[in-house]
Amino acid sequence: MKRSFAEMSARERLAAVVDAGSFHEWLPPAARVMSPHLAQLGVPAAFDDGVAIGRALLAGRAAFVATQEGQFMGGGVGEVHGAKLVGLLRRALRDRPDAVVLLAESGGVRLHEANAGLIAVSEVMRALLDVRAAGIATIVLIGGTNGCFGGMGIIARCADTIVMSDIARHAMSGPEVIESAHGAGEFDSRDRALVWRTTGGKHRWLSGDCDMLVEDDPQAFRDAAIAALDGHRPMTLAALQQESALLQRRADLDGDNADAFELWSRLGVADARSVPDLDADAVRARRPAAMAPLATGAA
Amino acid sequence: MAGMETLSFTFDGGAALAPFAPTLVGVVASGNLEVLVEPAASTGCRIDIDTSARGFGGIWEAVLRDFHARHRAAGISVSIHDMGATPAVVSLRLDQAMAAIQGATP
Repeated sequence: MKRSFAEMSARERLAAVVDAGSFHEWLPPAARVMSPHLAQLGVPAAFDDGVAIGRALLAGRAAFVATQEGQFMGGGVGEVHGAKLVGLLRRALRDRPDAVVLLAESGGVRLHEANAGLIAVSEVMRALLDVRAAGIATIVLIGGTNGCFGGMGIIARCADTIVMSDIARHAMSGPEVIESAHGAGEFDSRDRALVWRTTGGKHRWLSGDCDMLVEDDPQAFRDAAIAALDGHRPMTLAALQQESALLQRRADLDGDNADAFELWSRLGVADARSVPDLDADAVRARRPAAMAPLATGAA
Repeated sequence: MAGMETLSFTFDGGAALAPFAPTLVGVVASGNLEVLVEPAASTGCRIDIDTSARGFGGIWEAVLRDFHARHRAAGISVSIHDMGATPAVVSLRLDQAMAAIQGATP
């Protein structure tokens, strides 16, 4: 039976992506490095604070890896969770593996931990950019059912390569947040088709926000991560200006906050209405050249 | 700690397991629990629970007594973080943990 990457636990996903049996965990559950905040709120902690970190091999090459568990507090980044990610990234600066691979599934900052979580997210962002600046490939795989939102959504965009499945989602504010701030008329969070065509992998691919679009399949994510090992993109002034120009072009096309169908048409996607029914291969072929991110060795 | 209840049980008897690495199964989530099983120096089976559902100590004891009767495992320490899992889910997770340990033992 074919397995759904989205339905696997964080640890199962990681085991499926890296070379079999190669994961060596740092601060494993038995070390009990747990949230100091949750017990005070009457909420049970998790032995790993919702994230497993360590080193592994990917096609025989050294990778530092992290995997977030979306079922625990929505994958929210608390103080310890964030510190584990920062520690992993700083160690990568010291030990220089070929890549850092982050299997992201998170609603962003863990609200129970408020400021500590916010600070943790900014520290992760800074550490990830340091690793990228050091020339180590930074790869984010987004394939969990909870998607990648809030501060984690920003962190993902700091990486060299983002890989998404068609059922993965990636955005800043989640659907419920937008609805509660602006009303269901602005964004109906119960309209699943709307949510997916606004935040889902196909939309991210067509509009140039993700670098690789794959099926919801563990082997597809593994293949994509291996392909991205050589996808380092130096963050130069020229590259940032090019990215900025791409974003401006897209913003100009979407001046009236059009629905995704309309935006895809304006981007030059043929027969935009049929996109939700297509598989990943077919959608990959439809991205207009103008929306492709900067050249990379990966995609 | 407001809201949480901490329980602890010890069962005697049974046979020590072959050496094994600490093993984690499950996730702390609504209606779910995580179970960490570690080797312990003692000859018994000790089980510690943090749960968000207060007042179910009697049911925990019955479920864990059944678990111990099924596996007769000694020299282990079981730590549980629970968010209101039903007794059936608790039993399945405990069995899953024991299966994972035996699968990982050469």
